[in-house]
Amino acid sequence: MDDHSTAVRSPLCKSRILVTGGTSGLGRALVRDFRARGAHVAFVARTAARVEKTAAEEPGTLGIVADVADKHAIHAIALQVLGWHGGLDVLVNNASSLGPVPLAPLADTDCEALEDALATNVVAPFRLTKALLGALAASAREGRGAIVVNVSSDAAVNAYANWGAYGASKAALRHLSRIWDDELRGVGVRFLSIDPGDMDTPLHALAVPDADPRDLLAPETAARTIVDAVADALRVRATVGRNVADRARVQAPS
Amino acid sequence: MIAASRAVQRPASARLLVIDAAGRVTQSPRARWLDFLERGDLVVANDAATLPASLAGVHARTGQPIEMRLAAWRSPVSGETAAFDAIVFGSGDYRTRTEDRPSPPELASGDEFVFGTLTATVVELLDHPRLVRVHFDGSGAAFRQHLAARGRPIQYAHVREPLELWDAWTSIAAVPVAFEPPSAGFVIAWRDVESMRERGIGFATLTHAAGLSSTGDAALDRRLPLDEWYRIPATTAAAIAKARAERMRVVAIGTTVVRAIEHAASQPGGVRAAERQATQRIDAQTPLRIVDALVTGTHEPGSSHHELLRAFASDTVLDAAARTLDRDGYRTHEFGDSMLVFADGRAKSRHAVQACANPLVARSSREAFPVSIATNRRAAAGSRLAMLAAAEYGVVSSNGAGSDPTSVTPGV
Repeated sequence: MDDHSTAVRSPLCKSRILVTGGTSGLGRALVRDFRARGAHVAFVARTAARVEKTAAEEPGTLGIVADVADKHAIHAIALQVLGWHGGLDVLVNNASSLGPVPLAPLADTDCEALEDALATNVVAPFRLTKALLGALAASAREGRGAIVVNVSSDAAVNAYANWGAYGASKAALRHLSRIWDDELRGVGVRFLSIDPGDMDTPLHALAVPDADPRDLLAPETAARTIVDAVADALRVRATVGRNVADRARVQAPS
Repeated sequence: MIAASRAVQRPASARLLVIDAAGRVTQSPRARWLDFLERGDLVVANDAATLPASLAGVHARTGQPIEMRLAAWRSPVSGETAAFDAIVFGSGDYRTRTEDRPSPPELASGDEFVFGTLTATVVELLDHPRLVRVHFDGSGAAFRQHLAARGRPIQYAHVREPLELWDAWTSIAAVPVAFEPPSAGFVIAWRDVESMRERGIGFATLTHAAGLSSTGDAALDRRLPLDEWYRIPATTAAAIAKARAERMRVVAIGTTVVRAIEHAASQPGGVRAAERQATQRIDAQTPLRIVDALVTGTHEPGSSHHELLRAFASDTVLDAAARTLDRDGYRTHEFGDSMLVFADGRAKSRHAVQACANPLVARSSREAFPVSIATNRRAAAGSRLAMLAAAEYGVVSSNGAGSDPTSVTPGV
């Protein structure tokens, strides 16, 4: 493996990343941005042809074809990403489902559409986090830092008519993020719930087909915000990790 | 003992049989395992995740169905190729006891096995009709993709329902390199990790590619454990050094952790950040250099796991424990009950070694239980001191350093 040491090293350099929903919209932009900053990036998406295309456009990345909403896919994803990376530092739960398309009031939302939104937006990040938690905690113990980003939405906080399935699922995800973060602080795994804003993405086009793209963020801009936040969090964690390691060497346990 | 037949990692009814350093046996609900440790002790667990290492397929030359169980790495664990030593059974699956499984067709070098979209080629026969070295087609990433889709966790007849990968992964599973679960780690819940932190008990991990526990063939079983890859991170090596310097106990979760740490301790330079192959056996004659206690399953006498226990406790003590396990209906195998075994006086010989070498780090008596017979044991162990001291400081290298296929990676 190459080893370029530079005076100012990005905290993302050689970080081991997994992005779900990595072939379109925000996820695609995240794969590009993480990779551009020197990270080792694996990504998941459902469509084989799109995974191949993204992997070809982003050499050195690992594309995994899987549906995160399928519980039998979770450990298959974990096996591939952990085998390839040898561990994991950053998980970005980005893959999202709108629920009913076109958007619908709750009274017109099929129960199955709500279940679909919950499966992709709540249960999938939960399962994937659980399956990868051993690796993330190991990374924290070794002072590399360990971050889970759950991509949120203003619909997680505000109650918008017609966004019921999506909003309720993102609210649940946001709540999970906060509880995870509280419970795993001692282990050193940090959770970030990030609302990237309204973006010019395929998902947004499904929700609001007649939106004016000029009113929407470019996914690259939103991705930069998220990657910056991860870099900041890693920098903090790495410092904390070093301090912990230093203490471990010189002090009796308190 | 009774075979644990359900794939539940932490049943509420799980029990723990504790053997203290004086050989006394007590019993406890297993959920209270941390109560037997002290502030400053260091718990070391194996964070290997388990591969779906059982592949059902066809022996191409004869068209006969076979099951292959991957058993040992023969390529770098996250490398760009995939090669293994593997056991091959004839037709059938885990529901037939391994002892009753038919042999595979006669295997020859160059034979191919086809597992759906995955193909493996025999590159070497290994002096047993069921044991071969195989090389898989395609890149390491492609191998893992196909393995994830096609492989099943290795399973034995005592668990009836087919295992899923999540049944086989411990809570702390991090690196998918093990062929069977490092199942002692099933004891660890995340709340235990938090509890260790609150109690000032250290927690560290290493990664050890646990191999097969049984093959159903006496000749093959005698060859277990095969060589096993392991990696010790720098932070874990530092935590072990600190525990020793402070005369606190190193508690291994699982026999794989004992094997990794004691192998590392036998190498020039001792326990430090490294990736290596553990090649040694641990039995009654093995001096324990580092590990003070072991959490493990309830093992049948004669198994390689039980042999390892004999490094911790005398046969008299283990026989008494075995009678208790039988009498009280303890459950055995990977989802069974557990034992916590503190090493008896023999292991303390190394403390005396340290005392001779450097009085500043002499280890004082600090057992959780009074050790009334330690003095005698220590005296009995005295004849080994010179050898141990020499090995500890690298004066002699009678540990096979020259012959082991060992790759050392300082500073990993």
